[in-house]
Amino acid sequence: MSLLTSLARLRALDEGIAQPIATVRHCHLAARPMVFVPLKLSGEAAAPLAAMLGTDRDRPRLLVVTQPRNRDLRFAWAAELAGVLLPYVEGFLHRTETVERRNADPYERAVDAPQIVVPNQAGVGFVRLLGRSMRFRRADGPWPVPESVPLLGRWLTYFGERAAYPGSSLMPAMTEELGRHWASGQSGLEDANLAALLAWITTGPSDDAEDPLIWPPAGPATDPGFDAEVLAPAMESGSPERVTEALRTQLEPTWGLMWQAIDLLAGLEAGAGVASRWEQDRGSFSGMAAHIAEGAPPQPRRDGAVAAAAKLARMERAQAAYDVQRAYDDPLVMAEYRLTGEAFAGEVVDTDPGNTEGEGRSRKLRPIVVIKTDDPVRLAPGASLGTPQRRGQGAELVSAGDGLVTVKITKGMGRGRTAAPGAVPEIGERVCYTSLTDEFQGSPALPDAEATPWTHGGPPQEYVPDDEDAQEEWS
Amino acid sequence: MSGLKREGDHAHRLEALRGTTPQQPHDARAIAALAANPGCARRALMDGAGVDKDAAARHLGFPAPFGQSPFAITRGNVFEALVKADGCAELLRMLRELLGLTVAEVAYHDVENVGAHLRHAHTRTLIDRAARDGHDAGTLYDHPLLSLEIAGHTAYLEPDVVAFQLGGRFHIVEIKSFAVIDGQADPSAVAAAARQAAVYVLALRTLLEELGHDPLKVSHDVVLVCPENFANRPVASLVDVRRQLAVLRRQLTRMTSLDRLLEELPEDLTFDLRPDEDGRPTRPVAELGDALRRTTARYAPDCLSTCDMCFFCRDEARQEGASDLLGRQVRDELGGVASVTEALGLADGTRDPAEGQEEIARLLRNAERLRGECLA
Repeated sequence: MSLLTSLARLRALDEGIAQPIATVRHCHLAARPMVFVPLKLSGEAAAPLAAMLGTDRDRPRLLVVTQPRNRDLRFAWAAELAGVLLPYVEGFLHRTETVERRNADPYERAVDAPQIVVPNQAGVGFVRLLGRSMRFRRADGPWPVPESVPLLGRWLTYFGERAAYPGSSLMPAMTEELGRHWASGQSGLEDANLAALLAWITTGPSDDAEDPLIWPPAGPATDPGFDAEVLAPAMESGSPERVTEALRTQLEPTWGLMWQAIDLLAGLEAGAGVASRWEQDRGSFSGMAAHIAEGAPPQPRRDGAVAAAAKLARMERAQAAYDVQRAYDDPLVMAEYRLTGEAFAGEVVDTDPGNTEGEGRSRKLRPIVVIKTDDPVRLAPGASLGTPQRRGQGAELVSAGDGLVTVKITKGMGRGRTAAPGAVPEIGERVCYTSLTDEFQGSPALPDAEATPWTHGGPPQEYVPDDEDAQEEWS
Repeated sequence: MSGLKREGDHAHRLEALRGTTPQQPHDARAIAALAANPGCARRALMDGAGVDKDAAARHLGFPAPFGQSPFAITRGNVFEALVKADGCAELLRMLRELLGLTVAEVAYHDVENVGAHLRHAHTRTLIDRAARDGHDAGTLYDHPLLSLEIAGHTAYLEPDVVAFQLGGRFHIVEIKSFAVIDGQADPSAVAAAARQAAVYVLALRTLLEELGHDPLKVSHDVVLVCPENFANRPVASLVDVRRQLAVLRRQLTRMTSLDRLLEELPEDLTFDLRPDEDGRPTRPVAELGDALRRTTARYAPDCLSTCDMCFFCRDEARQEGASDLLGRQVRDELGGVASVTEALGLADGTRDPAEGQEEIARLLRNAERLRGECLA
């Protein structure tokens, strides 16, 4: 969290309403998102209790395990869930585009991808565990389960893991997304309560949000009081209808909140980088689908050393790119860098569009721009700069002091003797320059998995599905 | 002499703070939680005096937001019974694998059989004998009753754990019902278990020391037994609790210096709930609230998951407009500006910075200007 966000939180607390910390939306919102609110049985690692899900806010599907300790009912629930989620996910595989790549074969990328929205980070964690508990099952052998169950397990594992990827919107956690756009007047810990956070954003703080009788928790854990006073007696009564209705009361309020939150986010205009990050999501999704179609085994229990290092490097690069893109897309995010002196903005007070450096053949066009700024600039002469106003352009800091900063444009102003029209800002124009740049970083050189050194456990064992995995207890 | 006198006063004062309310015994969870917020004088005093914080919070109209689901309790009990079934047969199998033991048989002592009032003495005798003999046969002690001195009071710890002794070395075994999936468990659950186990390690080490044995005979590696993956089958892992032990020791030393906190309080201050014959508190709520507000709390949002008093203290922080409400991160970022109004005053320039606040004031004013510019 930055000081800017802290200030917004203070302001929110003082005014009794959340404050914006973004001027554009930084996540993709699908045209037809799948809202998924799962509940689990308390005390168990991944025993599903119920889920409310669907793409139509007026017609949610409610799936319930009326006796959570009954293995058959649990797999029936998993199959039912697959019956809703798999057609949704696979529905995006039919329309694809061919993507040409340098030094590699072209590949097919889905033109749109599924988006499964869960209420909070704990929901993402539960999806991952559900995936883990289903993906090694088999449709044949001693403990057969419906064919769709292991397939759903692989998809849930994929979505759960992709959610950790910075900038991905395939499985957003609603409280996290809201928290990236609004600062409430409560702590980050309390922001994990969807009802409380939404109250801060819409009407102002309300103690009702913490009352489980008014706003049941958004899951996956249920309210212990509900468990003791409603759910346990309903299960003992042996009436599936009673259990179902009890769980409906716990899910319906959150269902409404989820769509309200989607509407709130939809009210913000998408940032410029959102489409390109969604494109990466589409590529990743298509890659996973191809993987499954090729008959690859389910994701391993744990990544091998090389796979883990590669994944970590990818995530670090994604995080860096995500940070830079958000700053370029959103002046309020850029303001954080202006506060720390890594960026500055102001009005152009002087220019020399025809300035050149060097003589003869090595003579180069280096237009000069002088900017008047109130920002505390902490950049040294020679620092290379970029600007959100002219994305392809590169510049270099010449000098800074007394509220005046001189920069020279070094690339992206055209190849002619004079700068291309519009390449050099006019006097009076407001501009922003920053040392943050989204430069391409190569991936680290990692050995092939077969060449994993002994220090890292040696080559990972190839996964061979066995009956033990398939019949792993799920109690 | 004067030292002894002060100590007596000290105990007397703590008793007066608790008043007629029955003493709330410390369990390992409570002792471990002490380390979570060592700067909170209110908690230190209430715990030191053995005040039932849960009852106090309820009486004040701020019941704590945590409860345990009957499903979780059942699951925990079933799992513990499974691990301990047939004289801990399953546990022994795991210990053999984990510690690389070749012992064919172990002796099993269920300390509970002797009746509650004798359990602590019995535990002492058994542990003393074991430490003295140092024989190579393993022994499991189920339901031992350990004790630890907390702020001049003896707290009895009733672990659901088993102390395992082999070749003169003791291991604390802690049974928890959260799952370990593919070798990984919820980090916060593991951290809580490690903090609790550290309390037992400390208690057992203290016991050995009192008996004249080497306290380091108790291993700092505790054995954590959890269900593996999605089944009920237990799996054991070793957890190093040295760091938790260090925090706990520091905190307990601090607890014994409650004198300083007590000295600042009015003579007649008490947190007494004045329970009637049925144990229902009769003390006027406003009076109890006032008494508690005489002590300084250090509210942080983390309290919401660890302390029974959290909603009371949060309400107090709200009324004071304290920046603590927003979490430690915000508080740290504000560099010691404690109140919301003060910080906002510095930001919009209506308040002049006090000495030492110039830097944070400059940052806040800048931040305010930037927000204004971007949101205009």
